[in-house]
Amino acid sequence: MRKPEPQVDWEARSVTIVLGVMTATAVVVLIAPSVVILLTSFTDSASLRFPPPGFSLRWYRALFDADQMQAAAWNSLLVALWSTLLSAVLGVAAAVAVSRSRSWTARALDGLFMSPLLLPALAFGFAALIFVYRMGMRPNLLFLIFGHVIVCVPFVIRTTLAALSQLDASLEDASISLGATPAMHFRRVTLPLISRGVGAGAFLAFMASFDNVPVSLFLADERTEVLPIHLWQQIETNLDVRTAAASGVIIVVTMALMALAERFAGLSKQMR
Amino acid sequence: MEWRRLSLALPLAALFVVFFIAPLFVLLGVSLSTDMDTHTFTFAHYVKFFTDRFNYSILTDTLLLGLKATAVCFVFGYPVAWIAARARPGLQSILLLAVILPIMTSVVVRTFAWIVILGRQGLLNQIVLGLGLSEEPLRLLFTEWGVVIVLAQVQMPLMVLPILSILAKIDPNLADASRALGAGEWRTLWRVTLPLSVPGVIAGWILTYAACVTAFVTQSLIGGARLVYMPLHIYQQAVGANNWPFAAAISIIFMIAVLCVVAGLNLLAAKSQRHAQA
Repeated sequence: MRKPEPQVDWEARSVTIVLGVMTATAVVVLIAPSVVILLTSFTDSASLRFPPPGFSLRWYRALFDADQMQAAAWNSLLVALWSTLLSAVLGVAAAVAVSRSRSWTARALDGLFMSPLLLPALAFGFAALIFVYRMGMRPNLLFLIFGHVIVCVPFVIRTTLAALSQLDASLEDASISLGATPAMHFRRVTLPLISRGVGAGAFLAFMASFDNVPVSLFLADERTEVLPIHLWQQIETNLDVRTAAASGVIIVVTMALMALAERFAGLSKQMR
Repeated sequence: MEWRRLSLALPLAALFVVFFIAPLFVLLGVSLSTDMDTHTFTFAHYVKFFTDRFNYSILTDTLLLGLKATAVCFVFGYPVAWIAARARPGLQSILLLAVILPIMTSVVVRTFAWIVILGRQGLLNQIVLGLGLSEEPLRLLFTEWGVVIVLAQVQMPLMVLPILSILAKIDPNLADASRALGAGEWRTLWRVTLPLSVPGVIAGWILTYAACVTAFVTQSLIGGARLVYMPLHIYQQAVGANNWPFAAAISIIFMIAVLCVVAGLNLLAAKSQRHAQA
């Protein structure tokens, strides 16, 4: 190949510069809200002015007395942990079932399990509420968790399917011919090899559940009020600085979890 | 063997039948009955929706909102994916984490942050006033463009990730060949790279669009009470007005509308793939 002359290729450079500037703009806009709310949460005043006139930890201290908010946070954690566990177990089993199969049933099941990602979640939440009432029952914690599993399980299935597609099919033949039962093969060979994909999916499912509003809006009651709904109502009624402090906690915990997920499950690669 | 394997999907399939498919059928049933107690069959709620300009315009507003936000996502998301595909692995991870961060942070928190930025005395207005770009504070909250910007920020990863994964698969020799044949960098981007990445672009459009039109929290907090989109409309009719059959009818209409747009994009994807193979 002919090497280009040493003179600068301005056209090539202009592409990089234009797209680079747009990328930089996008990154600033992507990051700005998190930074702004983090700084605001350390304000020493009672308003949400940015930049804050001075810094203090008073709103974080105020969180210790926010009983309702704490109760909502525990509810959210409980629901998210159960939904993640159920999504991981049911989702991995389903992913193993439909992977590598080109049959009509497997395609249809795959489409069904993915459809909550595309259907308006609020419409599903409302449908679930009507359904529960029609069966003569009231919304409770179990229904709330089931509702969350429906909207969270696609994340587990997607990353698990991607991990399974990387596996060599002859691995299974090898371990079966060496006398392993399918269950043994799954536990000793498949599961360790797909664990990063499953981990990334479980992380996404947890975040999706912890953050869910459209389903919880209909399936949670006063006793099972979850954090995002509590915060949403706080923001709608009065812009309280304690909400900013709670947001600060959520952002820091999210970033820490993301760093862990990146380190142990290669999150940014799994999401592609 | 095939059936034994498929049986592993049974538990989840059972949950979906009982808690996903059955509720959707009940929703359809309720939308076709006069009220919650008598089960008289009627199309009245659908007729009401499509004959009332107010209802009808909410649907078109919502579908257009999704289109605008998705377009903004694409205009900025494609360069991000293009740069990330060429970046060193370390820089690429950082870029990707920056893109993923918004979708991971709670949607309520994210939207709350935007209220602080876009408000009358918010950060953006301070900058605009400080630079003397405007005499009085701009109205950004409770406007459609405010909603579009926030939606674009929030849903950006859904656009960037599919495009990036396809850009990473394109044979770099094709771009080299294009340059060797005398095409400039812009022409190569426009005539080689972009057409080859169409499947990823359409996958990104589908995911972003579906997420934008249904983003209840962002729409209601940034749009306020006067900008009503379909999810808020459903919520108001169901919880505020307690009119479940009508809320069910608009839910069904909304779902079908979203599925039609998604199906249309899927058709485009299939068509472009045939085109690429031909």
